[in-house]
Amino acid sequence: MATHLLLQKIFKTGIVSEPAPAPDLSLRTRDQELHADILKVFGQAISIRHVDAGSCNGCEQEIHALGGPHYNIEGLGVKFAASPRHVDVLLVTGPVSRNLETALKRTYDATPEPKWVVAMGDCAGGCGMAGAMFGENYASCGKIANVIPVDVEVPGCPPTPTALLAGILAAVSGGR
Amino acid sequence: MTIGTQDWNLTQIAAHIRRGRVDAANLPALAQAVKDEGGQLVALWGSDDRFVNNSRDSDSRSSPRPQAGEGPGVRDAGYAIHIACITAAGLVWISAALPETEPAYPDLSAIFPQADRMQRATFDLLGIRAAGAVDTRKWLRHKAWNEDEFPLRSDFVARVASSESPLATCHKPLAEVDGYAFIRVEGDGVHEIPVGPIHAGTIEPGHFRFSIIGDRVLKLEQRLGYTHQGVEKRFVGMDLAAGAKLAGRVSGDSHVAFAWAYCMAVEQATLSAVPDRAAWLRALFLEIERVANHLGDLGYMGNDVALSFGFMQFWRLKEDWLRLTAKLFGHRYLFDRIVPGGVAVDLDEAGRKALRAASKRIEAEVRDLKVIYDEHATLQDRFVNTGVCKPALAARLGLTGLAGRASAQAWDARAQFPQAPYDTLDVAMATARKGDVQARSEVRFAEVFESMRLLRALLKGLPAGAIQAPLNPAAGVREGIGWVEGWRGEVIVALRIAEDGRLDRVHPHDPSWQNWPLLEVGILGNIVPDFPLINKSFNLSYSGQDL
Repeated sequence: MATHLLLQKIFKTGIVSEPAPAPDLSLRTRDQELHADILKVFGQAISIRHVDAGSCNGCEQEIHALGGPHYNIEGLGVKFAASPRHVDVLLVTGPVSRNLETALKRTYDATPEPKWVVAMGDCAGGCGMAGAMFGENYASCGKIANVIPVDVEVPGCPPTPTALLAGILAAVSGGR
Repeated sequence: MTIGTQDWNLTQIAAHIRRGRVDAANLPALAQAVKDEGGQLVALWGSDDRFVNNSRDSDSRSSPRPQAGEGPGVRDAGYAIHIACITAAGLVWISAALPETEPAYPDLSAIFPQADRMQRATFDLLGIRAAGAVDTRKWLRHKAWNEDEFPLRSDFVARVASSESPLATCHKPLAEVDGYAFIRVEGDGVHEIPVGPIHAGTIEPGHFRFSIIGDRVLKLEQRLGYTHQGVEKRFVGMDLAAGAKLAGRVSGDSHVAFAWAYCMAVEQATLSAVPDRAAWLRALFLEIERVANHLGDLGYMGNDVALSFGFMQFWRLKEDWLRLTAKLFGHRYLFDRIVPGGVAVDLDEAGRKALRAASKRIEAEVRDLKVIYDEHATLQDRFVNTGVCKPALAARLGLTGLAGRASAQAWDARAQFPQAPYDTLDVAMATARKGDVQARSEVRFAEVFESMRLLRALLKGLPAGAIQAPLNPAAGVREGIGWVEGWRGEVIVALRIAEDGRLDRVHPHDPSWQNWPLLEVGILGNIVPDFPLINKSFNLSYSGQDL
């Protein structure tokens, strides 16, 4: 029976979670209204829907990493949800491939207001080396802001989980 | 070299890699000979050779047989179809010239079913037709370009992109419906579950069409191509250094494998040598990448059977591993650490010790966790006999890489056809026979342990010297092919450098091409709730095959 081994491992491992990074407000691309009201409504908890709009899956690796024990995102009130209808934040990766353009727009439309969009990575923000490499072409619309409005852009190829978390918190934290 | 009874005039261009040219009409005979010997087709792609050399009547077309690295694709100045096969003697790259008007070659999917989607993609991108193929539906093309437009042709004019208004591109209305003809299952009580392209979890986009009765899956059909970003077109005209960065981003989780395969191809094409230390560091990077991915997958497989303990433990180890990688080499996933001519970052004595210590600690922890996975009744109940791909079927359909080895398809380039430095390491291949989720989990465990051993051997034997050497200047049109056993399976990058020294055609091949259709088979008869687990146990790349 594995239970005692499992418990042994849990106690031996202890708690590896780390304190959260401060919101990085410099990542904001536009002023957000309504903050005070929204924070009253939501408290500090938010739900996120991840949308891969055509990424190379590098950014996805870091989103997965964010779910691990070091980052303790659910403890911070951040939760990934399965449907855009249940969320406050869309976390979008990749340059938008033309084959996903409609799906991305529909996902955006399905997300209830008020909502924020975080564009994750150089391709999504159209910056840096990867952003330049994955610009627009016959198959790609380029950065996320070319297709839907974006609130925060988190640069990096891929951005580290800490940078991503700082960006997510910037999207929804109070203070301007 | 002889395959079957015929000598196909193959030239050796690198260790375990041979190159040849045949008439398109002889391709099926060649493919059948490979198949009869127990080999597999691993990649199929096309090229537009009309404007290579920027001239249609170059007089440098006299050499009768290609020398190593030399690119003779210009001789026939139409199109060409290329296949890469794995045989008992290694990798064989065969090309066949095709005419400029109505280019076509005989269908190979009747011999190697894995050719089907590659043939369809080749038509979508280049307009080269597989004559006699049963399935001629589009594959990578959805609705971003028309049926009579072929993006990889050099005279393709994109209807998109006006520089003053990038939004105009994307605000141009597209047809709402992809119009893909799914195969329907009909009968009493059958219904369909369409899933995707936007999935419920943090995974890449693709569409799955389940036909089910009750909870049991009668048929699964995949529709991929959603993340098609035009990667192959982007390579055209790039310089060799930039190409390495793009190649590494074909599938981010296999960055090292793609970057190495690309650089191997460039170095082969330009007849450049790589310093020993660089080759060893590349292998070190590849094993680091393999360990990171296997740890993540083992965690997710636990998660998918509601053992979140497994997820948290394995992702704790993976995070430790990634952080150490970042500390030693400057990037958590080693992006852009492999460059043409060598590697971009060295390892000092302290780093060697730290990596060695971490590999020992993490290996010991993974051994603890394996005992828990082996003894955990509900996990075993879900893993065993779920998502079975039997060896005979795997062989017939060309299942490859990690998933292949879990179904007794014993191919591992590191073990059988080792490039330096694997030729000195005596890699032990991990295999299993049952082909279920449990088998794929066992192969992952075994490969983590073997990679840790290899890592320590690499650290111990790391030769001194430079980590980079300048490439020889490329003269004339050159070709090369790189072949690396990535964590998912064999990664192949074939490329051609034009006379101006820039990339003319690059085809990166991810093993997901062959393995996606096996997922359709592996799910049959299973219940829908087991699909996420089965899918995760394969963990195939969408962007790697969507290109």
